[in-house]
Parts: sequence; structure tokens; C-alpha cells
Amino acid sequence: MKQDFLLLKDLVKIFGGGRELTIAVDKVNLEVKEGELVTLLGPSGCGKTTTLRMISGFELPTSGKIFIDGEDVTNTPPNQRPTTMVFQNYALFPHMTVYENIAYGLKIHGEKEKNIRTRTEKIMNLVGLKGLESRSPAQLSGGQQQRVSLARSLIMEPKVLLLDEPLSNLDAKMRVSTRLEIRKLQQRIGITSIYVTHDQEEAMTLSDRIVIMNAGKIQQIGTPQEIYNYPKNYFVADFIGKANFLVGKITKKLSEKALELEINGNYLKITIKQGSFKEGEKVFLLIRPESIELTSKKTNTLVGKVQQIVYLGSRLMYKIEMADTILTVEIGNPQEHKIFTEGEAVTVSFKEENLHLLPYEEISN
Amino acid sequence: MFTKNRKLNEIIGNLQLIWKEPLLLVSILLIFYFLLTFVVFPIFQVFKASLIVNQKIDLSNYLAIFSKRYYYQPFMNSMILGIYTATLGTIIGFIFAYALTRTPLPFKNFFRLTATFPIISPPFVVALSAILLFGRAGTLTPYINKIIGDYTIYGLNGLILVETIAYAPTAFLVLYGILQAIDPSLEEAAMDLGASRGKVFSTITLPLSTPGIASAWLLVFIQSLADFGNPMVIAGNYRVLSVQAYLQIAGMYDTSRGATLAILLFIPTMVAFFLQKYWVSRKSYVTVTGKPTGSTIKNLEWYIKLPVYTSCLIFTAIVFLFYGTIIHGSFQTLWGVNPALTLKHYVEMFQVARDYIIDSLTLSSIATPIAGILGIFISFLVIRKKFIGRGIMEFISMLTFAVPGTVVGIGYILAFNQKTILLPFILTGTAWIIIILLVFRNMPVGIRSGIAALQQIDPSIEEASTDLGADSNTTFRRITLPMIAPAFFSGLAYNFVKAMTAISAVIFVVSGKYNLITVAILGFVDNSRYAQAAATCNLLIVIVLVALGLIQLIVNRIGKGVRTIDIIG
Repeated sequence: MKQDFLLLKDLVKIFGGGRELTIAVDKVNLEVKEGELVTLLGPSGCGKTTTLRMISGFELPTSGKIFIDGEDVTNTPPNQRPTTMVFQNYALFPHMTVYENIAYGLKIHGEKEKNIRTRTEKIMNLVGLKGLESRSPAQLSGGQQQRVSLARSLIMEPKVLLLDEPLSNLDAKMRVSTRLEIRKLQQRIGITSIYVTHDQEEAMTLSDRIVIMNAGKIQQIGTPQEIYNYPKNYFVADFIGKANFLVGKITKKLSEKALELEINGNYLKITIKQGSFKEGEKVFLLIRPESIELTSKKTNTLVGKVQQIVYLGSRLMYKIEMADTILTVEIGNPQEHKIFTEGEAVTVSFKEENLHLLPYEEISN
Repeated sequence: MFTKNRKLNEIIGNLQLIWKEPLLLVSILLIFYFLLTFVVFPIFQVFKASLIVNQKIDLSNYLAIFSKRYYYQPFMNSMILGIYTATLGTIIGFIFAYALTRTPLPFKNFFRLTATFPIISPPFVVALSAILLFGRAGTLTPYINKIIGDYTIYGLNGLILVETIAYAPTAFLVLYGILQAIDPSLEEAAMDLGASRGKVFSTITLPLSTPGIASAWLLVFIQSLADFGNPMVIAGNYRVLSVQAYLQIAGMYDTSRGATLAILLFIPTMVAFFLQKYWVSRKSYVTVTGKPTGSTIKNLEWYIKLPVYTSCLIFTAIVFLFYGTIIHGSFQTLWGVNPALTLKHYVEMFQVARDYIIDSLTLSSIATPIAGILGIFISFLVIRKKFIGRGIMEFISMLTFAVPGTVVGIGYILAFNQKTILLPFILTGTAWIIIILLVFRNMPVGIRSGIAALQQIDPSIEEASTDLGADSNTTFRRITLPMIAPAFFSGLAYNFVKAMTAISAVIFVVSGKYNLITVAILGFVDNSRYAQAAATCNLLIVIVLVALGLIQLIVNRIGKGVRTIDIIG
């Protein structure tokens, strides 16, 4: 298995000119292993789609290189690249049947009619489109159109499959079931895939690794667990899941991996999992809402007042007013817990291993 | 420095891409060569000729523009005519468009067809009819004499009447599109907030359609300036630029003066064209998506309906009167003298003008598909491909749309009566010069409909094809072309109509060997053989209608598999 099956090297894309210069992609470096599914995740305008379109060849990078399976494809036209793309709106050919759509690529490559037929039938079975051969795309449901688009790309047996927000046109339920199907199919075929989305849940459930992008730059690359539990910076922590940020200061370095921290006059000991911090440095302390426990006992040091309660069905969300901040707390399985009322004083507690330190940065709201 | 390098890199990158598709590269180069030779070069020749007096380069023609009556008078006359025609035409067009989009006018299709009919008819039919109705032996002349006394239809008043009828449909089409694209819910919102019908019109409908009105006005103004057929028939002593330029060249053999008049015609037309294309359209709030928004027409007050409906009825009646007169006139033995019905004009027409009819049909049939395919291919390149000079390509190919026929015609005789580096053989006198002229004059129609169609199709559909391994030409043939087939065929239809009814430019390049039906009609009119002229006009209208019908049939047939574009794209 090749470690750098797809390799992006210092990829830069600048749009426009003169005063209206936009740096869409800013020095992106990425290595993708063979058979891996990597998601490019970020808010709209973060450069993820531009990156994907550079891999597919529809945009030429301003600078930087793209290698697929060791071959430099930076300047290869899209029709000669070993990549195929599943488009956001499927881009099915409206004047062709389902069968003709899927067989199109093979036909272009001059495959024998017999060969085309067997391969098309095979892929249609694989994605569950059997029996729809002679339908026109307009006669299909959104989910079926999506499968045609996927089949049309997969049949080419590309080295890298590119998916550009392929589920964004489906309704919420279909999205959930289809993303599991895509993941199963991808693992079964073992095809290297780049998946672009702005939906973090989608990225979490699908990916081997996630690339978080913002303002054209890669913020962090990692497995879903790494990204969620050990975000590298404020942006990643804030973008993925819900997060509480407390501002603290490092008072003492106890060892290479252990620190003492001061938050509002309270001192905490903490082990660091990532990064390095200096004594006296200002830091963010990240606590996920589900890691916080609320009790009515007043033994602990952090005390707050319930400001708002939001019932979410499977969870209960509290807004807790602390001395100088508001904490979001989520309680799973609300039936099993004592429910506090608005205005009630509560004690906030959390386990040390659920805390994560981030470098402090000025947040503009 | 950074930016410069980047631009350079991008250019090199794009070049490399094109280099890998030699067929595309060749197509682009070939199209540039065609545009240079058949669009830019002739116009350049007109400029050159206007600067040459007595075989020397000389600015005297231009210095004389304000002092010599033979220059400034036609210029002023054309302007006055243009302003009147554009204003009246836009008003009528707006009333029609409003009636069809915002009122429960009955028989809408009937009114729409009538309002657009003058577009497909030969340009001077209306003028011919005006002579039959209001001329010296006109049917209505005695009645009008009783009311307003002596008058003549020849001159400015007659021209304004005739051109307004001929070009109001252009304004109508532009405004119809604009009004249809304005979401009625905006007007409903205004009404909901308490605005009266009049307030809704003055604060919502009118401001939103102002760019459209300006656009329509400028387009009619351009058409009026460029009109050759109507002034040729009915201008009398009222001298306009297009006719004067023609007379200088065809009658006086004064190329220099003719070219200068052509340039005087060229400049205001281009100004109007650029205003329309780059200024007015940028001000537009309405994006024409091609998808008509659902309109909700509530009960309108009678004081709105009455004037709007009456105007529509009157204009429709006038259109019927004018075209009816042409039919009626073609069967009368001698107009205004002997009303006995006869077929002899049709017989004479076939005797005299048979060759003209055959030439027109043959040459138009050759030119139409070439113009159609070239037009749609250029629109594909311009909208979907990245290459150096793409903007220039679009600009030049749209240029022919705006350049008055007279300028193009003069340009063609100047450019192709000698061998040049661009074209190592002489075209003048051959059938090719007519075909090429028709192709490059009518091509912008195909480009426009192609661009409109392509803009409605999501580019990712074509990208999908490229992504699956097809090169640009394959993608164009297998994906783009089938999807824009309806636009392609309606472009063809319009091309054919334009080719058959062309006069202003082709009149310069016809020869004894190859001549055209419109020139024959003009000849009949010139000899006061109005009945034969009317008969030939009718034949031309029938040919055009049959061709349109045939193409409509094809579109309907192939349209079945293609109508899905809106749903998916």
C-alpha cells in the first residue's frame, strides 16, 4: 500500500487579479494513502472545493504540484487524469438513459460493446440500480440519481475517486443512509477517495482521516477521534462539535507533559496531549459539553447558575452562567439525571483527562 | 512581480492544456482567422476608404462632416428618425409586454404572434404596404385627404410610421422577457404593504424594468439607423445615412464619400450597442433565467384594462391591415385603378424573378447550417473554454450583430475585390461572397441563442464528460450539442429567416450571376410595379413560414428527450 498515493505539494490557487486577489488555496500539503478515504472539511469558501477541482484538473494550480501514484499530473488535462468525480448536483446527462450515462466513459475510451455491457451491468448491480437501465435521469429520485452519478464514476476504476458534497441535495434521512452505503462501497472496492463536505457529522462517520480547512489553509489533519478530542487550535475545536473555552494561564511546568494552570483563581493540574506551552503563557482550556457534570453539592470550586435549559430529546442542554463566562453543558439520557431549574446554583465538575489545552488567540466575534 | 508571474503561469498552464488538445487549438485558430478575415478586415477597409481621397490619405472627409450638407444632413436625419422610432416602438412594445404578462388579456397567443410577425417578414414589406395604403393611389389616401388635406407618405412621417410597425416587435420581445422575469411576488408584496395598483406600477414594475426599457430603446434605435429597405422604398427626399451611402457607391461610384457616410452610420450604432451591452445590462436587477415565474393576475381595474387592451387591439389591427394589404394588392390588376382580381402578377413574378428565388433559396440553405454550427461552436468556446483571446473572440463575433448592413456590405466589396494576404483569391462576383456574408452577418444570432442555452446548463454536466475521459470536441458533440439542440434549431430558423430577408448588406455583393429575391422586390418597387413586389413578398413570407414550421417540427420531435434540462440542470 502506497503511503503517498495522492500527493499535494505546496498547492496554491489564486483567483482574480489586481486588487481583487483571492487566495483560495494557500500552500496545501497532503499525502493520501492508497485505499484511504480523506475528507476535506471546512466552512464554505475555505478552499476545499477548489482543492478538489485542482485534483480533478478543472482548475490549474497557481503553483505547487499534484502527484497521483507517483506521476506528476499537475498539468494533465482533466480527461487524461486517472480521477473521476461525483458532482454535487450529479451532472447527469439529461439526454441519455441511466445505462448510457454510466456507460459513457467506457464508450469514450473505445471499449468493446460487450465489455461495456458486462461492466455496466455489474456496477449497476453493485450500487443497486438494476432494472432502471432505460430510465431517463429525470425519472429518478434524488437518491437514485446520486447512485447513477457514483456508478458512472466508479465504472472507470479511477485511481482516485473525487466526491464533491455528493449528499447535499438529499433529504436528511437519505443523507444518513447513503453516507453509510458510500463508506461500505468504498471500503469494499478499496478505492482511494477524496470527499468534500461542510457537514462535520458526515465527515466524522465517513472518513479515515479528516482535513480541516479554513481560509485556504489546512488547520489540522487527523482521524475523526484525533480531530474531535485533540484539536490543534481554536478554529478546529470550535468548528467540530460544541465546545467551551475557558481562558487560563500556565503557572508552573511540573514536567514535560504536566502543567499547573490557573483559571479565575482556581488551580488545576493537567497533562498535555498535544503541543507545548511555556510558563506564564495564556491558553484556552477546551471542555466539550458532554464532559461536564453538574451536581448540587457545593464541595467543588467551580460554581455557577443555570441560565437556560434546552430539551433536545436524547440530550438536555444547559447554559450555565459562571463568573465570567457561560458554559454549555450537555447531559445524555436526561431521564436518568436530576433536572435542574433555571436560576438554580450548581457545581460544575469534569475529569482532568477530558480537558484539552489550546494556544490562546484573540477571537473576534 | 508575484502577480505577474502568476498570470504568466496561468497563461502557460492554459496553453499547455490547449496544446494537449490539438483539435481544439486548430478550431480556435481557424475561427480567429475567419473572424479576422470576414468581420474585422472589411470594417477596417471601410475606415481606410473613408480616409483616402484622390488616392491619398487625407482627413478631409472627416473635416467636412460638419460643413458639408451631404454629410451632416443624412446624419441628423437618421438620428431624428432613430429617436422617434425607438421611442414609439418602445412604448408600443411595453404596452404589449405589459398586457401579455400582467393582465388577463384574452387570446394571448394570438396577440403575441401578431406582435412578433413583423420580425420574420422582409424588412420593407411594411413600407410597400404603406405606399399601397397611403401613397398617391393609396386606398386610404382620399379619406385622409379629407381630414388633414394634402400630405405625402414619402418622407419622415411615413418612415416613422413604417419603422415603428417594423421594429416595435423587437422592443416587445426584450420587454416581454424582462417583465416575465420580474417575480410577481415583488408586486404582490408592494400591494400587501398598502401600495395601490398605480403605486405598484410606478414604484416596483417600472423601476425594475427600466434597464429593459433602455435596452429595448437602444436596440430599436440601432435597427432604425441600420434600416435600408424601408427608407429605400419610402424615404422620398428625406435622406438617411444607409441609403445615401448606398447611392454614393452604387450610383456615383464615390467610394470615399460612401465609406465616410458608412462610418458616420457605424459610430452612433456602436455607441448605442455598447451602451446597451455593457452599461444598461449591468444595471439590470432582473436575471433572465428563462424560467417564467408563476404569475398571479388578480382582477384588474377597468381603467387599466381599457387603455391597454385598446392599444393592443389598435396595433394588432394595423399589423393586419398592412399585411392584408400586401396580400390584397398582389391579386389586384392595377392598384387603385383596376380592382379586378387576377393571378397574373404571380405568373410574372415567376417569369421575371425565378432565378432570384432559386438563388435566394440555395444560398440561404447553404449559409444557414454553416452559420448555425459556427455560432453554436463559438458560444461553446466562449462560455466553456479558457484560452487567450476568448474575450476578443466573443467581442468580434458579437460585433457583426451591431454593425449596420450597409457598412458590412461596403466593407465586403472593398475587401474582397482583390487578392490579399488573408485571402489569396477574389470573392467578388461569386456565390461565396454572398454565402460568407450571410454566414457572418447571421452567426451572432446562433451565438446568442447558444450562449443563452449554455448558461442554463450546469457546466458540471460537461465537466463530468471531460472527467470521464472525453476531450473538448467529443464533449461538445456528444453532450453539449444534444442538450442545446432546441436552441440550435431555433437559431437555425432565425438564421434562415434573416438570410432570406436580408437586403442592406447583400445588395452590395449581389451580381448578375447571383442575385437575391429581396433585391428583385426592391427592383419591382423601383419600377413602381407594386403588385409584383407584393406577390414576391407574399411568396417570401410563405417560404419563411414553411421553413419555420419545418424546424418547429424537428424541435418538437427531438425536444422530447431534451426537455429534461430544466429539471436536472
